[in-house]
Amino acid sequence: MKRMMLVFGFALLSLALVHGQGYKVGDKASDFKLKNVDGKMISLKDYPNAKGFVVVFTCNNCPYAKAYQDRLIELDKAYKAKGYPVIAINSNDPSLSPEDSYDKMIVRAKEKSYSFPYLFDETQEVYRSYGAQRTPHTYLLKKEGNALVVKYIGAIDDNYQDPSQIENKYLSNAIDAVLAGNEPQPATTKAIGCGIKDKTKRT
Amino acid sequence: MKIIRNAVITFLFLGFLNFSTLPDPKSVPVMNFKQFEPELHKKNDSVYLVNFWATWCAPCREELPAIEKEKEKYKNEKFRILLVSLDMPSQLNSRLLPFIKFNQIKSDVILLNDPRQNEWIDKVDPGWSGEIPFTVIYGKDFRNTYNKSFSFKELDSIINLKLNSL
Repeated sequence: MKRMMLVFGFALLSLALVHGQGYKVGDKASDFKLKNVDGKMISLKDYPNAKGFVVVFTCNNCPYAKAYQDRLIELDKAYKAKGYPVIAINSNDPSLSPEDSYDKMIVRAKEKSYSFPYLFDETQEVYRSYGAQRTPHTYLLKKEGNALVVKYIGAIDDNYQDPSQIENKYLSNAIDAVLAGNEPQPATTKAIGCGIKDKTKRT
Repeated sequence: MKIIRNAVITFLFLGFLNFSTLPDPKSVPVMNFKQFEPELHKKNDSVYLVNFWATWCAPCREELPAIEKEKEKYKNEKFRILLVSLDMPSQLNSRLLPFIKFNQIKSDVILLNDPRQNEWIDKVDPGWSGEIPFTVIYGKDFRNTYNKSFSFKELDSIINLKLNSL
Protein backbone atom coordinates (compact mmCIF):
# COMPACT_ATOMS: atom_id res chain seq x y z
CA MET A 1 0.00 0.00 0.00
CA LYS A 2 2.77 2.31 1.02
CA ARG A 3 4.57 1.48 -2.17
CA MET A 4 1.51 2.20 -4.26
CA MET A 5 1.11 5.53 -2.57
CA LEU A 6 4.72 6.30 -3.42
CA VAL A 7 4.22 5.37 -7.07
CA PHE A 8 1.04 7.39 -7.18
CA GLY A 9 2.85 10.29 -5.58
CA PHE A 10 5.57 10.18 -8.19
CA ALA A 11 3.01 9.99 -10.97
CA LEU A 12 1.27 13.05 -9.58
CA LEU A 13 4.56 14.87 -9.22
CA SER A 14 5.62 14.16 -12.79
CA LEU A 15 2.19 15.24 -13.99
CA ALA A 16 2.63 18.49 -12.08
CA LEU A 17 6.05 18.97 -13.65
CA VAL A 18 4.69 18.50 -17.15
CA HIS A 19 1.50 20.50 -16.80
CA GLY A 20 2.45 22.92 -14.07
CA GLN A 21 5.02 24.79 -16.10
CA GLY A 22 4.53 28.50 -16.00
CA TYR A 23 2.09 30.89 -14.43
CA LYS A 24 -1.52 31.57 -15.16
CA VAL A 25 -3.37 34.75 -14.31
CA GLY A 26 -4.09 34.73 -10.58
CA ASP A 27 -0.97 32.74 -9.69
CA LYS A 28 1.65 34.06 -7.30
CA ALA A 29 4.92 34.81 -9.07
CA SER A 30 8.25 34.23 -7.40
CA ASP A 31 10.97 36.83 -7.08
CA PHE A 32 14.38 36.32 -8.70
CA LYS A 33 17.89 37.66 -8.47
CA LEU A 34 19.51 38.41 -11.82
CA LYS A 35 22.45 40.42 -13.08
CA ASN A 36 21.62 43.78 -14.62
CA VAL A 37 23.59 45.34 -17.49
CA ASP A 38 25.32 47.60 -14.94
CA GLY A 39 26.72 44.52 -13.17
CA LYS A 40 24.46 44.81 -10.11
CA MET A 41 22.17 42.02 -8.98
CA ILE A 42 18.47 42.95 -9.07
CA SER A 43 15.45 41.47 -7.31
CA LEU A 44 11.86 42.63 -7.25
CA LYS A 45 12.14 43.05 -3.48
CA ASP A 46 14.58 45.88 -4.21
CA TYR A 47 11.55 48.00 -5.17
CA PRO A 48 9.67 48.52 -1.89
CA ASN A 49 7.68 51.45 -3.32
CA ALA A 50 6.50 49.73 -6.47
CA LYS A 51 2.84 48.67 -6.65
CA GLY A 52 3.79 45.95 -9.08
CA PHE A 53 5.92 45.18 -12.12
CA VAL A 54 5.81 44.86 -15.86
CA VAL A 55 8.12 41.87 -16.36
CA VAL A 56 9.06 41.51 -20.04
CA PHE A 57 11.00 38.57 -21.45
CA THR A 58 12.80 40.00 -24.44
CA CYS A 59 16.17 39.93 -26.18
CA ASN A 60 18.49 41.79 -28.57
CA ASN A 61 18.19 39.80 -31.73
CA CYS A 62 14.58 38.83 -32.46
CA PRO A 63 12.92 41.19 -34.97
CA TYR A 64 9.78 41.34 -32.82
CA ALA A 65 11.78 42.21 -29.71
CA LYS A 66 13.55 44.93 -31.67
CA ALA A 67 10.25 46.30 -32.90
CA TYR A 68 9.17 46.78 -29.29
CA GLN A 69 12.34 48.35 -27.85
CA ASP A 70 11.07 51.91 -28.08
CA ARG A 71 7.61 50.94 -26.88
CA LEU A 72 9.14 49.36 -23.76
CA ILE A 73 10.91 52.63 -22.98
CA GLU A 74 7.63 54.50 -23.41
CA LEU A 75 5.81 52.01 -21.17
CA ASP A 76 8.44 52.37 -18.47
CA LYS A 77 8.28 56.15 -18.65
CA ALA A 78 4.48 56.13 -18.49
CA TYR A 79 4.05 53.60 -15.69
CA LYS A 80 7.14 53.75 -13.47
CA ALA A 81 5.80 56.92 -11.86
CA LYS A 82 2.47 55.17 -11.30
CA GLY A 83 4.19 52.32 -9.48
CA TYR A 84 4.65 49.81 -12.30
CA PRO A 85 8.26 49.84 -13.56
CA VAL A 86 9.36 47.71 -16.52
CA ILE A 87 11.79 44.88 -15.72
CA ALA A 88 13.27 43.42 -18.93
CA ILE A 89 14.84 39.95 -18.90
CA ASN A 90 16.85 38.21 -21.62
CA SER A 91 16.62 34.43 -21.21
CA ASN A 92 18.11 33.35 -24.52
CA ASP A 93 21.06 30.97 -24.49
CA PRO A 94 23.91 32.95 -26.15
CA SER A 95 25.43 29.71 -27.46
CA LEU A 96 22.34 29.44 -29.68
CA SER A 97 21.97 33.17 -30.25
CA PRO A 98 25.32 34.97 -29.97
CA GLU A 99 23.66 38.39 -30.37
CA ASP A 100 21.96 37.80 -27.03
CA SER A 101 25.10 37.54 -24.90
CA TYR A 102 25.48 39.56 -21.71
CA ASP A 103 28.10 41.78 -23.36
CA LYS A 104 25.79 42.55 -26.28
CA MET A 105 22.98 43.29 -23.81
CA ILE A 106 25.19 45.96 -22.26
CA VAL A 107 25.78 47.47 -25.70
CA ARG A 108 22.06 47.46 -26.58
CA ALA A 109 21.00 48.97 -23.25
CA LYS A 110 23.50 51.78 -23.79
CA GLU A 111 22.54 52.37 -27.45
CA LYS A 112 18.84 52.57 -26.66
CA SER A 113 19.37 54.34 -23.28
CA TYR A 114 17.11 51.84 -21.57
CA SER A 115 15.37 53.51 -18.64
CA PHE A 116 14.69 50.09 -17.08
CA PRO A 117 16.87 47.22 -15.85
CA TYR A 118 17.83 44.68 -18.52
CA LEU A 119 18.60 41.43 -16.72
CA PHE A 120 20.37 38.32 -17.89
CA ASP A 121 18.64 35.02 -17.02
CA GLU A 122 21.81 33.05 -17.51
CA THR A 123 20.57 29.78 -15.97
CA GLN A 124 17.21 30.17 -17.80
CA GLU A 125 15.45 29.27 -14.55
CA VAL A 126 13.37 32.43 -14.40
CA TYR A 127 11.77 32.15 -17.81
CA ARG A 128 11.02 28.48 -17.16
CA SER A 129 9.33 29.16 -13.85
CA TYR A 130 7.28 31.97 -15.42
CA GLY A 131 6.49 29.84 -18.45
CA ALA A 132 7.50 32.50 -20.97
CA GLN A 133 7.75 31.21 -24.53
CA ARG A 134 8.40 34.19 -26.74
CA THR A 135 10.30 37.43 -27.03
CA PRO A 136 8.62 39.70 -26.13
CA HIS A 137 6.38 37.97 -23.57
CA THR A 138 4.97 40.12 -20.77
CA TYR A 139 3.78 39.40 -17.23
CA LEU A 140 1.98 42.08 -15.25
CA LEU A 141 2.49 41.50 -11.53
CA LYS A 142 0.61 43.28 -8.73
CA LYS A 143 1.79 43.39 -5.15
CA GLU A 144 -0.85 42.04 -2.80
CA GLY A 145 0.62 41.99 0.71
CA ASN A 146 3.83 40.04 0.34
CA ALA A 147 2.70 38.27 -2.81
CA LEU A 148 3.20 39.17 -6.45
CA VAL A 149 -0.01 38.21 -8.20
CA VAL A 150 -0.05 37.70 -11.99
CA LYS A 151 -2.70 39.95 -13.53
CA TYR A 152 -1.97 39.79 -17.24
CA ILE A 153 0.12 37.55 -19.51
CA GLY A 154 0.81 37.99 -23.20
CA ALA A 155 1.47 40.52 -25.93
CA ILE A 156 2.21 44.23 -25.53
CA ASP A 157 -0.26 45.33 -28.18
CA ASP A 158 -1.81 44.09 -31.42
CA ASN A 159 0.56 45.53 -34.00
CA TYR A 160 4.26 44.78 -33.86
CA GLN A 161 4.85 46.31 -37.27
CA ASP A 162 3.35 49.72 -37.00
CA PRO A 163 2.74 51.52 -33.70
CA SER A 164 0.46 54.02 -35.47
CA GLN A 165 -1.91 51.18 -36.42
CA ILE A 166 -2.36 49.75 -32.92
CA GLU A 167 -5.99 49.14 -32.03
CA ASN A 168 -5.52 47.27 -28.76
CA LYS A 169 -2.88 48.26 -26.25
CA TYR A 170 -3.34 45.04 -24.28
CA LEU A 171 -0.60 45.66 -21.73
CA SER A 172 -1.25 49.38 -21.11
CA ASN A 173 -4.96 48.64 -20.80
CA ALA A 174 -4.18 45.88 -18.30
CA ILE A 175 -2.02 48.19 -16.16
CA ASP A 176 -4.69 50.91 -16.30
CA ALA A 177 -7.32 48.38 -15.21
CA VAL A 178 -5.21 47.19 -12.28
CA LEU A 179 -4.46 50.80 -11.28
CA ALA A 180 -8.22 51.43 -11.26
CA GLY A 181 -8.76 48.37 -9.06
CA ASN A 182 -10.23 46.23 -11.83
CA GLU A 183 -9.24 42.97 -13.47
CA PRO A 184 -7.68 43.30 -16.94
CA GLN A 185 -9.85 42.35 -19.89
CA PRO A 186 -8.49 40.36 -21.67
CA ALA A 187 -6.21 38.97 -18.96
CA THR A 188 -4.29 36.82 -21.41
CA THR A 189 -3.34 37.15 -25.05
CA LYS A 190 -0.98 35.08 -27.17
CA ALA A 191 2.48 36.60 -27.04
CA ILE A 192 3.78 37.25 -30.54
CA GLY A 193 7.48 36.85 -31.23
CA CYS A 194 10.43 34.53 -31.54
CA GLY A 195 10.81 31.44 -29.40
CA ILE A 196 13.11 31.71 -26.37
CA LYS A 197 16.36 29.97 -27.31
CA ASP A 198 16.92 26.97 -25.05
CA LYS A 199 19.09 23.95 -25.84
CA THR A 200 16.83 21.63 -23.89
CA LYS A 201 13.77 22.69 -25.89
CA ARG A 202 14.93 22.38 -29.45
CA THR A 203 12.75 20.08 -31.50
CA MET B 1 26.72 18.91 -43.09
CA LYS B 2 24.22 20.82 -41.02
CA ILE B 3 26.98 23.02 -39.66
CA ILE B 4 28.20 23.78 -43.17
CA ARG B 5 24.71 24.61 -44.36
CA ASN B 6 24.06 26.87 -41.41
CA ALA B 7 27.37 28.58 -42.00
CA VAL B 8 26.39 29.15 -45.62
CA ILE B 9 23.03 30.56 -44.58
CA THR B 10 24.77 32.84 -42.11
CA PHE B 11 27.05 34.05 -44.87
CA LEU B 12 24.00 34.83 -46.93
CA PHE B 13 22.63 37.04 -44.18
CA LEU B 14 25.91 38.81 -43.84
CA GLY B 15 25.75 39.53 -47.53
CA PHE B 16 29.25 38.27 -48.19
CA LEU B 17 28.24 35.94 -50.93
CA ASN B 18 27.69 36.83 -54.52
CA PHE B 19 24.92 34.65 -55.89
CA SER B 20 23.73 36.82 -58.72
CA THR B 21 24.13 33.97 -61.18
CA LEU B 22 21.27 32.03 -59.58
CA PRO B 23 17.85 32.33 -61.24
CA ASP B 24 15.42 34.78 -59.67
CA PRO B 25 12.72 33.26 -57.48
CA LYS B 26 9.06 33.26 -58.33
CA SER B 27 7.26 36.27 -56.94
CA VAL B 28 6.12 36.17 -53.34
CA PRO B 29 2.56 37.46 -52.95
CA VAL B 30 1.91 39.53 -49.83
CA MET B 31 -1.45 38.72 -48.24
CA ASN B 32 -3.45 39.51 -45.14
CA PHE B 33 -5.11 36.68 -43.23
CA LYS B 34 -8.46 37.06 -44.94
CA GLN B 35 -6.83 36.74 -48.34
CA PHE B 36 -4.77 33.76 -47.22
CA GLU B 37 -7.44 31.86 -45.24
CA PRO B 38 -8.92 29.89 -48.21
CA GLU B 39 -5.53 28.15 -48.56
CA LEU B 40 -6.32 26.37 -45.28
CA HIS B 41 -9.69 25.09 -46.45
CA LYS B 42 -9.39 23.73 -49.96
CA LYS B 43 -11.84 20.95 -50.62
CA ASN B 44 -10.66 18.58 -53.30
CA ASP B 45 -8.76 15.32 -53.45
CA SER B 46 -5.24 16.71 -52.80
CA VAL B 47 -3.08 16.64 -49.71
CA TYR B 48 -2.07 20.15 -48.60
CA LEU B 49 0.92 21.11 -46.48
CA VAL B 50 0.87 24.68 -45.15
CA ASN B 51 4.02 25.60 -43.25
CA PHE B 52 4.35 28.79 -41.17
CA TRP B 53 7.97 29.92 -40.97
CA ALA B 54 10.33 32.89 -41.11
CA THR B 55 13.92 33.44 -42.17
CA TRP B 56 14.82 34.50 -38.60
CA CYS B 57 13.57 31.18 -37.18
CA ALA B 58 16.40 28.61 -37.01
CA PRO B 59 14.28 25.45 -36.56
CA CYS B 60 12.18 26.62 -39.52
CA ARG B 61 15.24 27.00 -41.72
CA GLU B 62 16.43 23.57 -40.62
CA GLU B 63 13.29 21.78 -41.81
CA LEU B 64 12.96 23.58 -45.16
CA PRO B 65 15.21 21.08 -47.01
CA ALA B 66 12.92 18.25 -45.83
CA ILE B 67 9.86 20.06 -47.17
CA GLU B 68 11.59 20.81 -50.45
CA LYS B 69 12.59 17.17 -50.76
CA GLU B 70 8.95 16.18 -50.32
CA LYS B 71 7.96 18.54 -53.09
CA GLU B 72 10.41 16.89 -55.45
CA LYS B 73 9.50 13.37 -54.36
CA TYR B 74 5.76 13.81 -54.88
CA LYS B 75 5.81 16.25 -57.76
CA ASN B 76 3.56 13.96 -59.81
CA GLU B 77 1.13 13.29 -56.94
CA LYS B 78 -1.84 15.24 -55.64
CA PHE B 79 0.30 17.09 -53.11
CA ARG B 80 0.55 20.85 -52.68
CA ILE B 81 2.90 22.87 -50.48
CA LEU B 82 2.53 26.46 -49.35
CA LEU B 83 5.23 28.15 -47.29
CA VAL B 84 3.74 31.02 -45.30
CA SER B 85 6.47 33.43 -44.27
CA LEU B 86 5.94 35.58 -41.20
CA ASP B 87 8.92 37.77 -42.01
CA MET B 88 8.43 41.50 -41.67
CA PRO B 89 7.06 42.94 -44.93
CA SER B 90 9.79 45.55 -44.75
CA GLN B 91 12.30 42.70 -45.17
CA LEU B 92 10.70 41.14 -48.23
CA ASN B 93 13.33 42.44 -50.64
CA SER B 94 16.25 42.67 -48.26
CA ARG B 95 15.90 39.28 -46.65
CA LEU B 96 13.10 36.95 -47.75
CA LEU B 97 13.64 37.07 -51.52
CA PRO B 98 17.43 36.70 -51.25
CA PHE B 99 16.90 33.74 -48.90
CA ILE B 100 14.54 32.02 -51.36
CA LYS B 101 16.90 32.70 -54.20
CA PHE B 102 20.02 31.52 -52.45
CA ASN B 103 18.41 28.33 -51.15
CA GLN B 104 16.60 27.79 -54.46
CA ILE B 105 13.27 27.19 -52.74
CA LYS B 106 10.89 25.67 -55.27
CA SER B 107 7.74 25.54 -53.15
CA ASP B 108 5.25 28.39 -53.37
CA VAL B 109 5.89 31.10 -50.79
CA ILE B 110 3.59 33.86 -49.61
CA LEU B 111 4.30 36.56 -47.07
CA LEU B 112 1.49 36.80 -44.54
CA ASN B 113 1.29 40.46 -43.62
CA ASP B 114 -1.20 40.57 -40.78
CA PRO B 115 0.25 41.76 -37.49
CA ARG B 116 -2.96 41.16 -35.50
CA GLN B 117 -1.90 37.61 -34.78
CA ASN B 118 -4.17 37.34 -31.75
CA GLU B 119 -7.08 37.60 -34.15
CA TRP B 120 -5.95 34.95 -36.62
CA ILE B 121 -3.82 32.36 -34.75
CA ASP B 122 -6.95 30.71 -33.34
CA LYS B 123 -8.49 30.55 -36.82
CA VAL B 124 -5.55 28.41 -37.92
CA ASP B 125 -5.69 26.25 -34.79
CA PRO B 126 -6.94 27.26 -31.31
CA GLY B 127 -4.27 25.05 -29.76
CA TRP B 128 -1.43 26.90 -31.47
CA SER B 129 0.59 29.34 -29.36
CA GLY B 130 1.78 31.11 -32.48
CA GLU B 131 5.25 29.61 -32.19
CA ILE B 132 6.88 28.62 -35.47
CA PRO B 133 7.56 26.36 -37.24
CA PHE B 134 3.94 25.28 -37.41
CA THR B 135 2.58 22.97 -40.07
CA VAL B 136 -0.96 22.12 -41.11
CA ILE B 137 -1.36 18.98 -43.21
CA TYR B 138 -4.90 18.55 -44.46
CA GLY B 139 -7.12 17.03 -47.06
CA LYS B 140 -10.82 16.62 -47.65
CA ASP B 141 -11.35 14.35 -44.63
CA PHE B 142 -8.52 15.14 -42.26
CA ARG B 143 -6.56 17.95 -40.67
CA ASN B 144 -3.42 17.56 -38.57
CA THR B 145 -1.26 20.27 -37.02
CA TYR B 146 2.35 20.05 -35.89
CA ASN B 147 4.30 22.54 -33.77
CA LYS B 148 7.68 21.01 -34.50
CA SER B 149 10.62 21.04 -36.86
CA PHE B 150 10.31 18.01 -39.16
CA SER B 151 13.03 15.66 -40.27
CA PHE B 152 12.57 14.31 -43.79
CA LYS B 153 11.88 10.83 -42.45
CA GLU B 154 9.11 11.99 -40.13
CA LEU B 155 7.50 14.21 -42.71
CA ASP B 156 7.75 11.60 -45.43
CA SER B 157 6.02 8.92 -43.38
CA ILE B 158 3.09 11.29 -42.81
CA ILE B 159 2.79 12.45 -46.42
CA ASN B 160 3.25 8.95 -47.75
CA LEU B 161 0.45 7.65 -45.53
CA LYS B 162 -1.89 10.50 -46.45
CA LEU B 163 -1.28 10.16 -50.18
CA ASN B 164 -1.81 6.41 -49.99
CA SER B 165 -5.11 6.80 -48.18
CA LEU B 166 -6.56 9.28 -50.67
